[in-house]
Amino acid sequence: MGTAIKADAVAPWHRRRVRIYDREAPLGYLLLVPTLLILGIFLLYPFLFGIWLSITDSELGNLGNFIGLGNYRFEWRNTDGVFYTAVANTFLYTGVTTVFKLALGLVMALLLNQAFPFRRFVRAALLLPYIIPTVLSYEAWRWMFDPTFSVINWLLVNTHLVAYPGPNWLGVPANAMAALMIVNVWRGTPFYAIAFLAGIQVIPLDLYEAARVDGATRWQQFTNITLPMLRPVLLVVLLLSTILTFADFQGPFVLTNGAPYNSTQLLSIWAYQWGIPGGAIGLGAAISLVLFPLLTLVVAGVLFMLRRPE
Amino acid sequence: MASVTYEHVTKKFSADTTAVDDLSLSIKDTEFMVLVGPSGCGKSTALRMLAGLEDITAGQIKIDDQVVNEMPPRDRDVAMVFQSYALYPHMTVFDNMAFGLKMRGSSRTEMDSRVKEAARILRLDQLLARKPRQLSGGQRQRVALGRAIVRQPRAFLLDEPLSNLDAMLRVQTRIELQKMHQRLGTTFIYVTHDQVEAMTMGDRIAVMKDGVLQQVAPPREIYDEPVNMYVAGFIGSPRMNFLPVTITDHQAKASGLELKLPKAPGVARGILGIRPEHFLPNVSADDAVIDLKVEVLEVLGADQYLYGKVGSDELIARVDPQLKVSVDDHVRLGINMRRLHLFDPETEQAVF
Repeated sequence: MGTAIKADAVAPWHRRRVRIYDREAPLGYLLLVPTLLILGIFLLYPFLFGIWLSITDSELGNLGNFIGLGNYRFEWRNTDGVFYTAVANTFLYTGVTTVFKLALGLVMALLLNQAFPFRRFVRAALLLPYIIPTVLSYEAWRWMFDPTFSVINWLLVNTHLVAYPGPNWLGVPANAMAALMIVNVWRGTPFYAIAFLAGIQVIPLDLYEAARVDGATRWQQFTNITLPMLRPVLLVVLLLSTILTFADFQGPFVLTNGAPYNSTQLLSIWAYQWGIPGGAIGLGAAISLVLFPLLTLVVAGVLFMLRRPE
Repeated sequence: MASVTYEHVTKKFSADTTAVDDLSLSIKDTEFMVLVGPSGCGKSTALRMLAGLEDITAGQIKIDDQVVNEMPPRDRDVAMVFQSYALYPHMTVFDNMAFGLKMRGSSRTEMDSRVKEAARILRLDQLLARKPRQLSGGQRQRVALGRAIVRQPRAFLLDEPLSNLDAMLRVQTRIELQKMHQRLGTTFIYVTHDQVEAMTMGDRIAVMKDGVLQQVAPPREIYDEPVNMYVAGFIGSPRMNFLPVTITDHQAKASGLELKLPKAPGVARGILGIRPEHFLPNVSADDAVIDLKVEVLEVLGADQYLYGKVGSDELIARVDPQLKVSVDDHVRLGINMRRLHLFDPETEQAVF
């Protein structure tokens, strides 16, 4: 009785508002709108525009005409001889760095999980490579790789590991690729280590105690408990890192920009070179879109390797 | 099969936290020993030192005649059941149970036959391919037991293995554990805070408090002859009544009763201990008698508990449920003088 009288007294506009709040489905869509707008503007539009560009002969400042798959044909035929090099390099770069980041990150996480003085400080400091603006740190690396005037070769020569003058890091094809990989591993490992550390710390300690009483050695505890319990974290980290490394641009751009002789050419760099300095934005878009199906294959491969062993 | 000896074992976690204080206890081969006490009394720490999961600060632990202080857990050949069960979540029931054998490099056929045998005993045969998360609490508990059984260890260490089960299952599993102990003929060391588990399962009970061992004895002796007020109060439910008395020669006088002690204790003051179940409904001429003013009563079907006052002292009595009583009644009850206890109020030690 009391509530009925009260409802009559409420203003009509207020009643309407209450009705919207009470209906879950319309309210749900209403609340989704801002997110959809943001995603639409910043993700969907550039993506679709990229696809459109890739099937035109657009140049910078000139939205061109539809040319079908002409740009892709250019890549496929390997017209300037670089496409397959770039694809192979991208796979090599991603594959090698991922293996190293995974292994080093795991070792680092295990070490950081031990008790030692200043542990919190060291854990925080570990993230530094990840925090420093990449252009700064990559410029520093480029300087350190300088064969005559810089620290890496000075150390190598003075510890008699190599003969004077030491390797020409960025000027020789194989060395340049190694240098790129070293810098990528340097920057990417902390991400793996921190994620693994978080994963290790939520493993219940009594599992290790049970395993110790069951007779497991340290190594057996690692392979039988730590590794399997890390599987979900491993999966997420590996996927994220593979995607980011596959499309990596900043490091290779600052350090070598594809040089020498396209030996460190990656798809991302090549797309940029055609699209922006080269002005052929349509071709650039087509090159970077090639990443998309390749990346899908790689991700499927990673998921397949890490599937639950049932 | 093995005997276990604690010799003056002390465990300090830091300079001023002593978890176990000078524990000396010898557990015979094939014995079922229960360590009981409230949380924080050091019973789990004592067990974990035996398993090798905690370092020993001082003293020695021996399994048979071998000192194991510095021996890693894997070489001690004991199996442990954890309160949380600590099952490996990513392994099947079979792999969980076979884990200890696998770590010791047993052959596939031996693993298979031992796990199957244990699974049969524990009625887990149908569940061997499941993961722990697909099991009920009781089933997980049995897997944890199975993991210990397949090892055929020298001793079983059980750390509150029943406390995560519901009341019904706990009683059932308690009985199964006793059967298992009889069948396996292995030393069991069982930690619990539950005095009922201790009384029902233990060949002997070790009562601990604040890291100090209070008394070790078979259940009946612990109940009949507690060495101090702590043990007297901890074992038995509802807990023993304690009444402060002044004593002159044989006569003990409390606020609401006076009685003649069976022997002269030779102290001026004491604390009388009377268990609620040791009151007599029929009062004869020469019995000590109390006059209980009932404040609350609880009828449990088989029992009836009267909560009330004698003089100014609170008291609980267990009486026949047929006895018709209501609140504010005065009930006359006799005291079974043969079951009477007297404690020294200063030291809390039993006088008799």
